[in-house]
Amino acid sequence: MIKIEDLHKSFNGVAVLKGVSLEVEQGELLALIGRSGYGKSVLLKHVAGLLRPDQGRVLVDDQDICRLRGTELIRVRNRLGFLFQSGALFDSMTIFDNVAFPLSEKTKLSMQEIREKVMAELKQVGLLGSEEKYPAQISGGMVKRASLARALVEEPEIMLIDEPTTGLDPLTGQTILNLIDACHQRLQFSGIMVTHEVPKIFEIVNKVVMLHEGRVIFAGTPEEILSSEDETVQTFVAAGAEWSTHDTSGHTPGLNRKKKDIHAL
Amino acid sequence: MRETLKMGRMGIFLAKSISCCATPPIKVPLILKQIQFIGYQSLLVIFLTGGFTGMVLGYQGFNTLSRFGSDAFLGPMVGLALIKEMGPVISALMVTGRAGSSITAEIGIMRISEQIDALQLMGLNPYRYLVAPKFIAALISVPLLTAIFDVVGIFGGYLIGGKLLGVSSGVYFGEMMSYVEMEDVLEGLFKSLNFGLIIAWVCCFKGYYTGYYTGFGAEGVSTATTQAVVLSSVLILVWDYFLTSTQLFV
Repeated sequence: MIKIEDLHKSFNGVAVLKGVSLEVEQGELLALIGRSGYGKSVLLKHVAGLLRPDQGRVLVDDQDICRLRGTELIRVRNRLGFLFQSGALFDSMTIFDNVAFPLSEKTKLSMQEIREKVMAELKQVGLLGSEEKYPAQISGGMVKRASLARALVEEPEIMLIDEPTTGLDPLTGQTILNLIDACHQRLQFSGIMVTHEVPKIFEIVNKVVMLHEGRVIFAGTPEEILSSEDETVQTFVAAGAEWSTHDTSGHTPGLNRKKKDIHAL
Repeated sequence: MRETLKMGRMGIFLAKSISCCATPPIKVPLILKQIQFIGYQSLLVIFLTGGFTGMVLGYQGFNTLSRFGSDAFLGPMVGLALIKEMGPVISALMVTGRAGSSITAEIGIMRISEQIDALQLMGLNPYRYLVAPKFIAALISVPLLTAIFDVVGIFGGYLIGGKLLGVSSGVYFGEMMSYVEMEDVLEGLFKSLNFGLIIAWVCCFKGYYTGYYTGFGAEGVSTATTQAVVLSSVLILVWDYFLTSTQLFV
C-alpha cells in the first residue's frame, strides 16, 4: 500500500533522512518511533506529498506521490487522512464547520446528509455538544479529537498521524490512542503514526519502525522490538516504559500486558 | 540568486492566483466576505483621509492660486489632483495599512499553524480558498474606495475653498466640470485597479510564504506583515510613477 524506498532529505545542507525504506501493507498500522528531531514528521510529510525528497521514492499503490502533480496528486490525497500534531483546525470555523468542510467542498451530499455524518463522527470522538464552539474555546485533547473527526469523516484508506498525544495529559492521551485504535478497527485504514507513546502504542499497532539519525534501525512487530538486542532500541524502549510508568504513578492504562516484558529488558 | 528565485516565485504566485480568479468554481461567499473586510470596513478611514486631504488641498491650492490671481481654478486643481493622483495613491496606501497587513497576518498564521497544509491534504487548492477571493475583492473594493475618497476630498476642498475662503460653489464646481475630463477619471480608475492588484499580490504572497523568507512563529508573521506593508507601499509609489509617465506620453 505504502512503500518508501531509499528516501533522502536535507535542509540547508543538514541531512535529516539518509536512505529510509519501509513498507506498510493494506490495513496495517505502523508506529514510527525515535528521538525528536530525527526526521519522523519529515518522513510523514513526504508520504503526504507535502515535501519532495532529494532522492528516493514514496509509492502509494505503486504511484510515486513525489512525482505527482495537479489532479493526480489530488486523487491520491483524497484517499488520505492526516492528523496534525497541532490539530491544524481552521480557527475561524466552528468544530462542526471544520468537520463538515471536506464534505461540503468535495462531495455533493445534501446539508442534511452532511449534518448527519458530521454529528455521527463527533459522537464517535465524544464531542457532541461542542460542535458550535471554536477551536480556541476547547482544550488540547478536544482539538485533537475534532481533528481526528475531520480526518476520518471522509473514511480515508490511508491515515497519517503525527504525534497524536503530544502535549496531553496521560489519560487524555490514552483516550486519543483508544479512539485511533477503534477507528482503525472500524475503517481498516492503512496508516503511519509518529509517536513517542512507547510502549503503550505497541498494543494498537501492527508494526514498529524506529528512526535514528535519519536511518531505520529497527523494523518489525511490537513483540520483536521488545526482544531487540540493538542497544539504541533497548534504551529508547526502556526509557519510554520508565517514563510512562512514572508518568502515571505505576498505573499506565493498557500497559500491564507488556510491562513484564519491558522490565525484563 | 535567492532574490531571483523569490521574484520567480512571486511571478508564479501571481499567475496561479489570476488563474484561480478566472476559472470556476468561484467562491462567491468568500469574495463577499472579503469585500466586506477590505472595502466596507475601510470606509471610515477613507472618509477621514479623503476629507482631510481635500481640506488641505483647499487651503494650499487657494493660497498658491491666489498669488497668481487664479483662485477660480481651485476646483479643477483639487479635482485633478485627487482624481488623477492623490485619490488612487492615498486610498491604496490606506488599504495596505488597514487590510493588507491583516491579509498577510491571517494567511501567515494559517501557514505556520499548518492550516494551509491541511487544506492541501484535503485535496483542495489553497489559492482558490485563500488567495483568489482576496484578489477579486481587492480589485472591486480599491477602485470603489478611491471613488469615495475622490468625492469626499472634493467636498473637503469645497468646504475650505467655498465656505471658509470665499470661492463660490458655482465657480468651484463649474470650473471643475470644465477641466476634469472623463479620461482623467478613467486614468485614476486604472491606477486604482493596478494598486488593488499590487496590494492583494504582495500581501497574499508574503503571508503564503511566511517561514520561507522570514522566521517561523509569531516573529515570522510580524516580519512578513511588515515586509508586506513596506513592499506594497513602495511598489504602489514606483508603479504610480511608471503609469503616470507612460500615460502622459500616450
